[in-house]
Parts: sequence; structure tokens; C-alpha cells
Amino acid sequence: MHSRVSLLIVAAAFLAACGGSSAAGTLSPTPLSGTISVFAAASLTASFTALGVSFRTANPGVAVKFNYAGSPTLVTQIEQGAPADVFASADTPNMDKLTADGYTSGTSRVFAHNQLEIVVAPGNPKGITGLADLAKPGVIYITEAPTVPAGKYSLQALASASVKVTPKSLETSVTAVMSKIELGEADAGIVYTTDVTAAGNKVAGVQIQAANNVIASYPMAAVKGTANSAVADAFIAYVLSSKGQSTLATFGFLPAA
Amino acid sequence: MSLDASIQLTLGPLDLKMEIAIDEGEVVALLGPNGAGKTTLLRAIAGLVPFQSGHVRLDGAILEDTATNQYVPTERRPIGFVFQDYLLFPHLNVVDNVAFGLRSRGTPRAAAADRAMQWLDRVGLKNYARAKPAELSGGQRQRVALARALAPDPRLLLLDEPLAALDATTRAGVRRDLKRHLASFKGIRLVVTHDPLEAVALADRLIVMEQGRLVQTGTPAEVTERPRSQYVADLVGVNLIRGEADDGLVKVAGGSVVAAAGAESGEVFVVIHPRAVGIHRNHPEGSPRNVWRGRASNIELMGNRVRVRIDGEVPLVAEVTPAALKELDLVEGGEVWISFKATEVGVYPA
Amino acid sequence: MPMRRERVPIPFVVLAAIGAAFFIVPLIGLIVRTPWRDSITALTAPETVEALKLSLVASLSATAVGLVLGVPLAWIYARVEFPGRDLLRALTTLPMVLSPVVGGIALLLAFGRRGLVGSWLNSTFGVTLPFTTAGVVMAETFVAMPFLILTVEAGLRSMDRRYEEAARALGASRWRVFTRVTLPLIGPSLFAGAVLCWARALGEFGATITFAGNFPGVTQTMPLAVYLLVETNQEASYILSLVMLLISLVVLVGLRHRWLGSA
Repeated sequence: MHSRVSLLIVAAAFLAACGGSSAAGTLSPTPLSGTISVFAAASLTASFTALGVSFRTANPGVAVKFNYAGSPTLVTQIEQGAPADVFASADTPNMDKLTADGYTSGTSRVFAHNQLEIVVAPGNPKGITGLADLAKPGVIYITEAPTVPAGKYSLQALASASVKVTPKSLETSVTAVMSKIELGEADAGIVYTTDVTAAGNKVAGVQIQAANNVIASYPMAAVKGTANSAVADAFIAYVLSSKGQSTLATFGFLPAA
Repeated sequence: MSLDASIQLTLGPLDLKMEIAIDEGEVVALLGPNGAGKTTLLRAIAGLVPFQSGHVRLDGAILEDTATNQYVPTERRPIGFVFQDYLLFPHLNVVDNVAFGLRSRGTPRAAAADRAMQWLDRVGLKNYARAKPAELSGGQRQRVALARALAPDPRLLLLDEPLAALDATTRAGVRRDLKRHLASFKGIRLVVTHDPLEAVALADRLIVMEQGRLVQTGTPAEVTERPRSQYVADLVGVNLIRGEADDGLVKVAGGSVVAAAGAESGEVFVVIHPRAVGIHRNHPEGSPRNVWRGRASNIELMGNRVRVRIDGEVPLVAEVTPAALKELDLVEGGEVWISFKATEVGVYPA
Repeated sequence: MPMRRERVPIPFVVLAAIGAAFFIVPLIGLIVRTPWRDSITALTAPETVEALKLSLVASLSATAVGLVLGVPLAWIYARVEFPGRDLLRALTTLPMVLSPVVGGIALLLAFGRRGLVGSWLNSTFGVTLPFTTAGVVMAETFVAMPFLILTVEAGLRSMDRRYEEAARALGASRWRVFTRVTLPLIGPSLFAGAVLCWARALGEFGATITFAGNFPGVTQTMPLAVYLLVETNQEASYILSLVMLLISLVVLVGLRHRWLGSA
């Protein structure tokens, strides 16, 4: 009895150390090595950097390089031959485009969800309380270009709240919107809750009502022709694992399921 | 009308101190070697070069005076300037060039064009009104430059080496025309030149300048007959000696004594024409009082004459016929004796 | 007698050919890949027309500002000696070597809503420059004016200044000398400088998107439109890229004799 319990404890500890199993399922992981390039949507900048660090700690022989940009930009880069091993998109249509054009291998998996939030300057000097206030006179509102997932979602959110407002600029990524808010050039923008969280006290956030908000799905897939599919698959598995999911949760992402 | 200028300035290596007074009745030529400061003086009168002290007065009106800190900018001086390279505006045609001064002073376009055409007619270039300066010959450009300077009726006409840019064949003809135009101009005329022929041909009075200083002034005849500097002597082609006179004898630098009829006392110039200098193989016998040894340092054939430069106690240039040269069997470096009569020299106070 | 052509060393020919290919192949790639059939639709689409119009208006405005401010600057650099002149000249030509995005950030820090001058403009007149067409003109002027200044300065330095003296001797005021003599004499440099300035302004991207932002009809110039089209409609982006490339090519060929100095 004593030995069986200890065996279970050891087995559990072993499993925890491995960080979960992949669909291929092997309890004793072979040591991974090599470098992979992960092309991730701009809104994943902070979270994926952290995931990269812990993935590396768990797999000392591995190096992960990240390329962050708006999802459509990444799709273009991959299709033009940029050396990516993993693609993490901020919406499904961009992933579908890459898959339809034959650039992914295996099926894509949704690894996180996100929601929109209004970002304003610290202290909310213009007193924005919701989507309707974006149309207030004297408020400079910017958002992402409609080709960027966040931009598309912001249009949806505004439409569902019946708010008519013309943005002063259509930026190429959430990061660009964030920096203009932080620089004080614009008063309000629509980004993901994760972006607001990541910026800490450089910005303030204003919640969007659930009824008008959009749930964004973030799918991930290995890129076809990757030089290191073992590491690529392992990284995807890691992000989907409970460890990866809890890391994403600390940044404000909603779980995959 | 008169020009009264007293100018002192330093510009680079040039140290200039000159006084000039010109009446409307005379064409004055400023003559001197290159680097004498002639152009600088002209430009200073025009107000294009600042000077350390002095004044420029035209018809009694002050154009510039360092003592009272007055300065009338060039564009407000009633002057006409003909530059050495003419400087016709390349982007304007001939008639617009000539009309430029009138337009700048406020004459309406049509009236200015009319007057410009009149001037072009006077210089014989009416048919070239629409041509561009690049299409004209050197002589034609000179005439346009003159017409351009005269069209606004200036009171003072300044010409900087007006014929220097022309080749020898066109120069004589253009010089004649220039003399005619200068004669008909009613204001004050000052011409700068390094060419003595030009100076003598154009001017009523010469002012000779060397190294920023006045050397001699007078009519062309006075200057050429009685040169007062080596430069003028060289221009005219005579020998010039300076020394202390004492009853028919002149003690020159270097210790030699020259016999010169008419040399009474005081500092004098002695001018000896090369024709009057005889060359001998051996010490000549005879009446000439002035006999010296020398060495032929340069022999130059000039048409049907030969000029021989002889160095020695009294360095001189002698002029002989080619036949004489052959007879002497003279070559450069050869030892000779020279002589000239005391009565064949000109003497005048220094 | 026929001209004897100088023999070119083989290594030079090889290297030169590689160098030329480096520039020619991308152009060929663009021409080959452009879907010519769809070019009319792409070029007449409202967003394209809007971007084109905005680009022309902004770049021409930037050139005008460049002329008004740049010619006096060039004149001062060429004619006036004063302490610190070389430093000032270096500062005003810095945008030529600066990354345009860095330029855009610098502009934000100066003229943005919280910028040194911008905050004063905002509080006193309620004027904000980012996100406006005026902001686009500013960004383009910032990066393009140095080209004009350098070209005009070179022209002023190489012209024969005695023509100005001749004009003064004819009674022309200093202003008249400048407009009737100096400017015409440096005409070729002035023209070359203006065209270079215009071409640079037309192609500006980094400073524009950083300082002025991106919105169709207001701040979305051609380069920005192309950048976004690359992600949505690649064929259209090829067509617009080709248009921009051809404009630049015409400019360069037209100016081939007149890079610097007067003709």
C-alpha cells in the first residue's frame, strides 16, 4: 500500500514535470533541441514571451524566437517565404487563409480567447465610460485597420452597440494603438483586455459590456515545411497544456475551452 | 560734374592708397601692371569693395565717407559698370539685358524696351535684340555690355579692361567704336586697362598705378615722353635711369655716373631710347661720354630690328639692325661695350 | 576616324552586372507579376483614387513648404558666415540619414498633442497636428526638405556671383537681384531640388504613419495604402507599387544630367 501510493506520487510528480502529454502521447519525453521561430499576433507579445521563457526552462536544449505583428502581416510574410515554424493568429479567418493556401501542417488548435476593452490614458481624463463615449466630441478615437482582427472586432462591437464614430487613424496592430495612447496622441482606442493588462499603469482600461463585446478565438498551427516539427509541435502542446494555459490566464486571456 | 575719390584699403596682399579727381571733360585711363589694384580701385568707387578709410564724392554728393560713416549702396549710385567679362545675363536676351538697368530703376516695361532698342541701334546691334548673349561674338557682347551700362543714363561710367577679352584682330575695330561712344558720353569716364596701346588710344589723361600707389599722371604724350617708373618705361620701350644730377652728370644707384646734357641738380630721370645706344666689340673711341662694359643677356628679333638687353654697370636695352648684329658676331652672353651720347638723352626732374 | 572605346576590365563588368541586376530584377519581377487585366479596376477603385489624390496634394504641398523655407536656408548656408553654421546645416539635413520612423517619433515629441510645441498649439488654438493632412505634409516636409536644401545650396555656391554685382551696378535692389538674377541662374538646381524633394515626399511612409496615422482620404497616402493592400489584395498592391515605381523612374531619368550644381 505504502509503495503503491509512493509510486502514484512519483508518477504524478513525473507527469507534472513533463507539463502534460501531447496527443501523440509518450510519458517519457525525448530531450528536445533546436531553434524555432514563432510568428505570433501582436496581442500575444507579452504572454508568448513569458511562455517562451518557461518553455525554454523546461527544455534546455531549445531556443524560441518570436516575431510579433498584426496577423495579416504575418500571413503575408509566411506566404512570401519567411521562415516560420509556428503561427499563432488573433482570429480564425487569418489562420483559415494560411491553411487554405496550404501553408500549415496538421490541424490548427484554438489555444486562447480574448475580449475587447477600451484603452485610455491613466486616470481616464476624458471620462470614457463605454462605447458610446467614443463618439463624444473632443475625443480622439483610434483603432486598428479592418484587416487586423482587433480592428474587425472593434467594428463589430461598435455596430452591436449602435455607436457611430469615425476613428482618426487605422493602425496596423494593437501595439501601434497602444503606443499612441501611451504617448498621449489619442484619447481612446479599442484593444484586447490582455493588452491593457500588459501595459500596467501606463494606461487605464474601460470595460465593454458583455452584450456588445466580441470573443476572439486564437488558433495556432505548425507551419508546413518547418525544419523542426518536433519542437514546433512541442511548443504548441506546451501552450495548450495546463501550465501554458495558466500562464496565459495571468495575462488576462480566457481559456481555450 | 566731377568724381573725387580718396581711398585706402588692404585686400589680401594689396595695400592700396590712391587719390583720384576726374572732370567730366576728360576720359581717364587707369593704367598699371596686373595686381596693381586698378580693378579693386574701380570696384571700391562702385561700392563693391569696402575700404578702410577715405571717401567717394560724385558731383559733390557723398557716395561713401568713412569719416562720417556714410555709405550709399551700389544699387543707388548713378553709375554704369562694364565688367571685364561683360557679365551679360545669360538667361535674358539682348534687349532685356540692355533694359535691365532701366527696369531696375522703375522704368515701365514698354518705355524701357524702347530706350534699350534705341541704344542697340546706336551700337549697331538692333537686329540682335532677341538673341541670347551666348549667340553673339566677343565684340558684339562688348557693345551690348556698353549699351547696358549707358542705357540708364549714369553720371559715372566705369570700364574694367573693356577690350581684354577680345582677340587681337577684333580689338582695334572695337577700340575705335568704344572711343566714339566714350566721346559722346556726357558724364565722367574712367577706364581700367593694362594695355598701354588701349590707354593711349582711349584716354585724355593717364593715371599710372603700381602696387596700390600712384606713380604718374598726365596726358598720354606726357607720360610716354617722360616715364616716371620702370613699368611705364618698359611699356613705352625706353631705358629709364634715376639719379642725383650735378651739372651735367648724374650719379645713379650702383655708383656709375652718366653724362646727361641738361641735368642741372636734384633728383632726375634720364631717359635713353634704345636706338641711341650703340654696341661695340671693343672699347669705342670717339665723342660719346657714356661708355660702359656689359654682357648681352637677351637678344630679341623684332621684325627688322633687334633688341639687345645688356647687363652691366648701367643695364640698358639697345636697338640695332640684324645686319649690325651679324657684323658684331654677337650672341647671348657675349661681352660688349655700349655707348650713348650725353646729348641723346632726355632729362627731367624726378 | 571612329572613336576608340576604352576597354573595360572584366571584373568591373561582372561586378557592375551584378549591381545592375540587383536593381533591375525586382522591377522585372514587379512587371511580370502584375495582373495587367485587373490594373484598371485596381487603379480606379475609390480607395486608390483617394490615396493617389491625397499623395499628390500632400507631396506638392510639402514641396511648396520646402521651397519657401528651404531656399532661404540654402541661401544663408551658401552666403552667410556665422558661428555654428556647420552644426545647423548638419541638423537640418539630418532627416536624410535618419530612419523615417525615428523622424516620426521626433515629430510627435515636438508637435504631438503632448509635444513641446504641440501642447501649446493644442491648449491655445485647439489645434492638433497628428491624424490630419497637415500632419502628413509636416512629416513629408521633414524628410524631404533636406534634399532641396542641399541641392540649392550647391547651386548657389557654384554660380558666378559677379552677375549679382553686375545687377547691383545696374541699380537692382537686393530683392530684385535675388528674383531676377540669382534664382534664374540657379534654375536647374532649384528644379532638381524641388523634384527630388517631391519624389521623396511622395514615397514617405515611416514618418507619415507614425506621426500622422493612417486614415483613408485624410492621412492614407499611396505608400500606406500599398502597405495595407499587401495583406488583403496582393495583386492590387503590385499594381500600385508599379505606379509608384514608374513615377520615381520618370523622375530619375528626367533629372539624369542635373543632380547637383547649375546646369
